[in-house]
Amino acid sequence: MKENQKKGDKGVLKRIAGPVVAAVGVDAHMYDVVRVGHEELMGEVIKIQGEEIIIQVYEDTSGIRPGEPVENTGLSLAVELGPGLLTSIYDGIQRPLAVLVEKMGDFIERGVSAPGLDHAKKWNFEPLVKEGDAVKPGSIIGQVQETNIVHKILVPPNAEPATVRTIKSGSFTVDDVVCTLDNGTELTMMQKWPVRVPRPVAEKMNPDIPLITGQRILDGLFPIAKGGTAAIPGPFGSGKTVTQQQLAKWSDAEIVVYIGCGERGNEMTEVLTEFPELEDPKTGKPLMERTVLIANTSNMPVAAREASVYTGITIAEYFRDMGYDVSLMADSTSRWAEAMREISSRLEEMPGEEGYPAYLAARLSEFYERAGLVETLNGSSGSVSVIGAVSPPGGDFSEPVTQNTLRIVKVFWALDAKLSQRRHFPAINWLDSYSLYLESLNDWYDREVSPEWNVLRSWAMEVLQKEAELQEIVQLVGSDALPETEQLTIEIARMIREIFLQQNAYDAVDTFCDMSKQYDMMKAIKAFSDLAYTAQAAGVTPQQIIGVKAKNDLPQIKFIKDYKPELDRIKGEMEKEFNAMRSSV
Amino acid sequence: MKEYRTITKIAGPLVFVEKTEPAMYNELVNIALYDGTIKRGQVLDTSDELVVIQVFETTAGIGRDSGVRFLGETIKMPVGREMLGRILSGGGKPIDGGPDIVPEKRLDITGAAINPYARASPEEFIQTGISTIDGTNTLVRGQKLPIFSGAGLPHNNIALQIARQSKVLGSQEEFAVVFAAMGITKEEANHFMDDFERTGALERAVVFLNLADDPAVERIITPRLALTTAEYLAFELGMHVLVILTDMTNYCEALRQIGAAREEVPGRRGYPGYMYTDLAGIYERAGIIKGKKGSITQFPILTMPGDDITHPIPDLTGYITEGQIVVSRELHRKGIYPPINVLPSLSRLMNLGIGEKHTREDHKKVSDQLYAAYAEGNDLRGLVAIVGKDALSERDRMFLEFADLFEDQFVRQGYEEDRSITDTLDLGWKLLSSLPVEQLVRIDRELIQKYHPQFRGAAKAAE
Repeated sequence: MKENQKKGDKGVLKRIAGPVVAAVGVDAHMYDVVRVGHEELMGEVIKIQGEEIIIQVYEDTSGIRPGEPVENTGLSLAVELGPGLLTSIYDGIQRPLAVLVEKMGDFIERGVSAPGLDHAKKWNFEPLVKEGDAVKPGSIIGQVQETNIVHKILVPPNAEPATVRTIKSGSFTVDDVVCTLDNGTELTMMQKWPVRVPRPVAEKMNPDIPLITGQRILDGLFPIAKGGTAAIPGPFGSGKTVTQQQLAKWSDAEIVVYIGCGERGNEMTEVLTEFPELEDPKTGKPLMERTVLIANTSNMPVAAREASVYTGITIAEYFRDMGYDVSLMADSTSRWAEAMREISSRLEEMPGEEGYPAYLAARLSEFYERAGLVETLNGSSGSVSVIGAVSPPGGDFSEPVTQNTLRIVKVFWALDAKLSQRRHFPAINWLDSYSLYLESLNDWYDREVSPEWNVLRSWAMEVLQKEAELQEIVQLVGSDALPETEQLTIEIARMIREIFLQQNAYDAVDTFCDMSKQYDMMKAIKAFSDLAYTAQAAGVTPQQIIGVKAKNDLPQIKFIKDYKPELDRIKGEMEKEFNAMRSSV
Repeated sequence: MKEYRTITKIAGPLVFVEKTEPAMYNELVNIALYDGTIKRGQVLDTSDELVVIQVFETTAGIGRDSGVRFLGETIKMPVGREMLGRILSGGGKPIDGGPDIVPEKRLDITGAAINPYARASPEEFIQTGISTIDGTNTLVRGQKLPIFSGAGLPHNNIALQIARQSKVLGSQEEFAVVFAAMGITKEEANHFMDDFERTGALERAVVFLNLADDPAVERIITPRLALTTAEYLAFELGMHVLVILTDMTNYCEALRQIGAAREEVPGRRGYPGYMYTDLAGIYERAGIIKGKKGSITQFPILTMPGDDITHPIPDLTGYITEGQIVVSRELHRKGIYPPINVLPSLSRLMNLGIGEKHTREDHKKVSDQLYAAYAEGNDLRGLVAIVGKDALSERDRMFLEFADLFEDQFVRQGYEEDRSITDTLDLGWKLLSSLPVEQLVRIDRELIQKYHPQFRGAAKAAE
């Protein structure tokens, strides 16, 4: 990145009112990073009017006076990308929280800067090109075994195509030059990238592989594709954070970026203590080894909260460029939108709907558009899937953040307070949710799970839909007044809900359920349903069918690791019971 | 220190001063009146031309002839061990007739954010002796768990009962209560004070009183003073501090008042757009720090205007705190104390503090099953109102009866009744045993064999 000519320009502070301050006499471009006051607090230029520049400051401004100096760094807000990102825990502007604890203790004081990567640590660089090889932006020149993940070292996207003049092998810091090109460019293992600019790709492709999450209602009914976008809106207490954390833990992405944007400190701590202890179901290694966490809790400065989302997605894009499947969770995008609103109101901008700035929709769509399955500059394929939590005030989905998000994302997982109150978890409403990827993922399910799966899925959705209609009647006349076949429908819908949809995130086995188990479970319910309707046609009463004992054992399947023998036993018992009932009619 | 007599405008709690030396943002200000009284304020907006000061007391008596002094520091709170047992005003001055507090330290009241990396995960189970909290919405040390109530409901008694009965099983550590009253009546304050005195809790308490007739703007700093004190007691003196903040609704009203006086663009229902950030600055000051002995557990109390949980105050609070205890008017009308409605109540940290290591292995599943069964029974009540009890299936009737039993035995308990967690869980099992065993789908068979009264009896008989 080229430093612009405004670097080093100095001025003075004119007005301070909260996190937004005004300065004069300093020449700057929009989004230049500036240092504010004697303590050199970090800020970013967000408005220029005549002589005056308006700066959002990433740290608390208490105690700062007019007349203190302001210096332009000439750079835009950028992150450091290179080995050392994985397992890190950053604040919204990529300061490692562990380093901040060392530098300033248990509380976040201000005026302390800390680079995103450890510049002293040496990494073992293994070259993958040799002298005389032609490289272009995005080319892989070498790799570092960072954790169990191989960190590929790329030619920065803004470099020129050239040939390799020298390349080294061995142990280096991220500042050491490991490769020189014939046009004079020196490459290190680190590159910087401005967070507000998407990293370029060769081409965006249409996603056609699901991101498997191990959550039955998601994988089974409303799947998200690798490179897709999803929103989880829900009122407080409906399980957004647990769902996000489940996704961060179990989704089959190779890299996970988790942004805690304006969330609770204790919950971030839970993530911080839990992730290193959890094992990746595929590799058996700690989940933390593939994770980057960004934690900007609700009481940390509001401007850094605004930036945290960009910091996160830029890191995600960087791993995508290495050819990885990355999933990014943002919890919660509403806090991000509120940070925008707060800054906007301090700028005295004309507010749009509910006080949010008029550019809210544009910012949200720019952000989600950075997701995608892509062909990277070096021709490999990588993806960033973005899953954003939304916290609508009062659980009202008609508010601007939810509405503007829904216009962009393809998957909608509607959390429902009613469900969480009765401890139906995950509290995702099966009638309101949708996935627009279903069609493009059909082939995958046919191929990888079973050709039957798509049929089973439609059947389940149909039963649930039918149940919703019947429940309206039940509310009026009671369940005994329903025709017999419909009483059965209600019972089968209940089985789908209680056996398939409900999943216990805190149970060691049930927390992750792979597709083949999901298929077996759904098939068992369908088998019961088929037996039930046949029996009913033969004259067995619904009460008898509902009384079938073997089906009461079905929910236990969820908690058993090697469930197959037990499932076969239950199925056998079920058939026996039905045969007995039929022959007694 | 220079004194300025350049006040140009006074509007509500705000004073505008011109032609001053550069003032710090958030700087503490003294305003001297003609009769010598001093009022305190804080800089909200500072520039070369104009400084805007928010006064913490009424602006009555301030005029263009008043003198303004900038004190060169942000607001600091003098703190010390001897604050325990003292009663202070909402602005931090002793009002119990005792001597001034000799500070051991002076701390900035805004309080810096705890680095999430320095936090320790809260996991110590606090037994409050109230079944609906211990059993189904378990509180852990370091949690912030608000009570969402309504006007005329017994939230104060619930808070008192919690303050009185709370204990961590098997530990004898130093504890303290910090109580901050914002805009409550003298009568309510007396109710708290009497109970503190009766139980001897006052010796271990620091009380901040901003009463209904005290200046509203002072309420802005009351919780911050209280939490600064709490942080000192917890993280410097190593005590386990329980902070009760009541009533946060009055605090938010004061925030709105200042926003309006500053002619800010209002957010929802006229509350300022930064209310989320502002409230987070209060609620997030709870927790435990790695390597330090003490902890801060917060119990904010708020009255929901019109019992509306979607009102901005409970709504924003719920997004910051780790759950909520909802007090229900319906249960209160039925004469049930404590009228805690478990359905919308939640403790987000519950799973950290329960289970084999903390309470009992069956805790989580019993709680889930109680919730599910009560929710189902409660739904059926709506149906019964339309079709009558006779139209229900036998299964439904059992759940309906369960809901009544649950309210009558599990929810209802005495103001002085201190139930142990084992009693609470056993009570849960007793109620669940009124349902057929195969309906207990949330609990695995092993636990049923071990704890279900029916099998327990059988197991004992076999022996």
